[in-house]
Amino acid sequence: MINLAAGTVDREIFTSPDVHRQELEKLFTRSWLFVGHESQIPKPGDFFVSRMGDGPVILCRDDRGGIHVFLNSCRHRGMKVCRYEHGNTALFVCPYHSWSYTTDGKLQGVPQYRTLYAGTLNRDEWGLVEVARMANYKGTIWASWDPEAPDFLNWLGDAVDHFDHVIDCRDGRPGGAEVIGVHKWVFPSNWKFAAENFLGDSYHNPSHRSVDMVGMSASAQAGQRRDNEYAKGQRVWVGYPQGHGMTSGYVPDDVEYTPTYQQYPEVDEYFRHCFYERKRRLGERANLLPLVGTIFPNASYHGRQPRGICVWHPHGPTETEAWRFFLVDADAPAAVKDVPRRYYMRYSGPAGMTEQDDMENWLYATAASKGTIAKRYPLNYQMSMKLPNATHLGPGEVATQMTDQTPRNFYRVWQRYMSGDNWDSLLGRDIQPMLRAAE
Amino acid sequence: MKKGLAYFELKQEIEEFLYQEADLLDTRKFREWLDLLAEDLVYFMPIRRNVKFGEHDERENTRQGEGISWFDEDKWTVTKRVEQILTGVHYAEEPLSRVTHMVSNVRLLDVKPSMEDPDEVTVGCRFLVFQSRVEYEHYTFIGRRTDVLRRNGDSWLIARRELILEQNVLLAKNLSILF
Repeated sequence: MINLAAGTVDREIFTSPDVHRQELEKLFTRSWLFVGHESQIPKPGDFFVSRMGDGPVILCRDDRGGIHVFLNSCRHRGMKVCRYEHGNTALFVCPYHSWSYTTDGKLQGVPQYRTLYAGTLNRDEWGLVEVARMANYKGTIWASWDPEAPDFLNWLGDAVDHFDHVIDCRDGRPGGAEVIGVHKWVFPSNWKFAAENFLGDSYHNPSHRSVDMVGMSASAQAGQRRDNEYAKGQRVWVGYPQGHGMTSGYVPDDVEYTPTYQQYPEVDEYFRHCFYERKRRLGERANLLPLVGTIFPNASYHGRQPRGICVWHPHGPTETEAWRFFLVDADAPAAVKDVPRRYYMRYSGPAGMTEQDDMENWLYATAASKGTIAKRYPLNYQMSMKLPNATHLGPGEVATQMTDQTPRNFYRVWQRYMSGDNWDSLLGRDIQPMLRAAE
Repeated sequence: MKKGLAYFELKQEIEEFLYQEADLLDTRKFREWLDLLAEDLVYFMPIRRNVKFGEHDERENTRQGEGISWFDEDKWTVTKRVEQILTGVHYAEEPLSRVTHMVSNVRLLDVKPSMEDPDEVTVGCRFLVFQSRVEYEHYTFIGRRTDVLRRNGDSWLIARRELILEQNVLLAKNLSILF
């Protein structure tokens, strides 16, 4: 289905119910997946219901402050134990037969336990199903169902160089982000079209031409078509052996701040301050500015403006449920939270003037790939195939022009999950020495 | 509010206005529709969430002016949406969707300063918006709407539009049409 040498991908992977079922079994049960952010559950008893693959989960904080991710399904007859999106509770009480679970997942209440279950039901064995691995990385919560999964940071690998700049404060302090809202919507497309769009498909920009024509950038009201802070830098497209891929910009040491939100001086000033403070804190590392990326398999981000993480939940072979988590600095002044959120809404999600066009593309790419004849013709991923690896710009496979290398890399790893490979293979340990040898 | 003759006369005038307005959208006279929007327009569609009984007033709907909603914007942004559709290359609306706006259950909720000489009217209604797109795509948006209308000569300007869409996860790929 994936022909890396030819640079082609069968359309089957975007439409086949069988491929979809195998993805759910082999990929979404093993890979680390984004679940939510700790700012959504600040207090003991707080919960936020989320999804992992095709399964509903609960992200919650127990009464000692520990964070858990549980399958949202009663162990008795399977009813969802929580159908509120978020809130605070001491117990998750199943509506069906009233089995109840504590916020650390223990089965506590079983009605008429003594008369009906004594001597048979061991409550310790029937707590909520908890993920095998959970990680809180600078406030972002990730989980995996595979007990053999490597530590989160090993799995994230060098992609952390880019991802840090998404979730760290704008002034370079680690972490400190806050989720200010979540968009949830469904659209009839395979989830991988969305995921690969964020791997650095800058080639699709013409489909957003209408946005440039009318002008709706962050500073549009001040007459700026685009706040292009990457203009003076070197754009890179990077794929990592674990499947992550992104495009970012490396700007020169002496680059100056690019004004943004110019019609709001307080907001512009905040980002100006953060720009220089970040340079001061991070030194050379501040030269990297993230645009977009996908953390394998389905957590995509916008790194600057807008800023957030979008999870493309597989909902069926040709249906995706998208959850976009919007981020701001938690300790930013009120105006700095208010102005960007309005930009986020007009840019992203189903009402987003930019993202709407993406959804149209993904929908009809899916629809037009279902046909019997269409499926005989694979899709083309040959862009920049013979490009040398720009290893001087960092680890991974680095391109200095637009490339399909990031999706080719993504599908190489995807194929390994689908083949049931071991974690050495899924982490691309065999690819890493090849990259070094190419230096 | 006293529901005498003046109420029903005004209600009829307001209904006529709302039907006319819907017609401008459905017949794609988007620029003329923009002319009906006040310069200080508030255009707001919250996201509705599943919350526990008793928490609805507090938490069910996202709030205007904070966090993330479906729409929380002003006339500038709505104008940009119209301009984008009119570029002819906004592919989410190119080719244009077929849209019908139904308005019903119209009630005048507040009239200022008086029923006899109204300058500002708050009007509640239900909306049913049907969108048909390309070949097989179709979406139905149903909900409650509260508009604040301001007297403008012998017509009205929409100063505020709040749309309570009866959905949680949005069951549509896009909100690319105008409400």
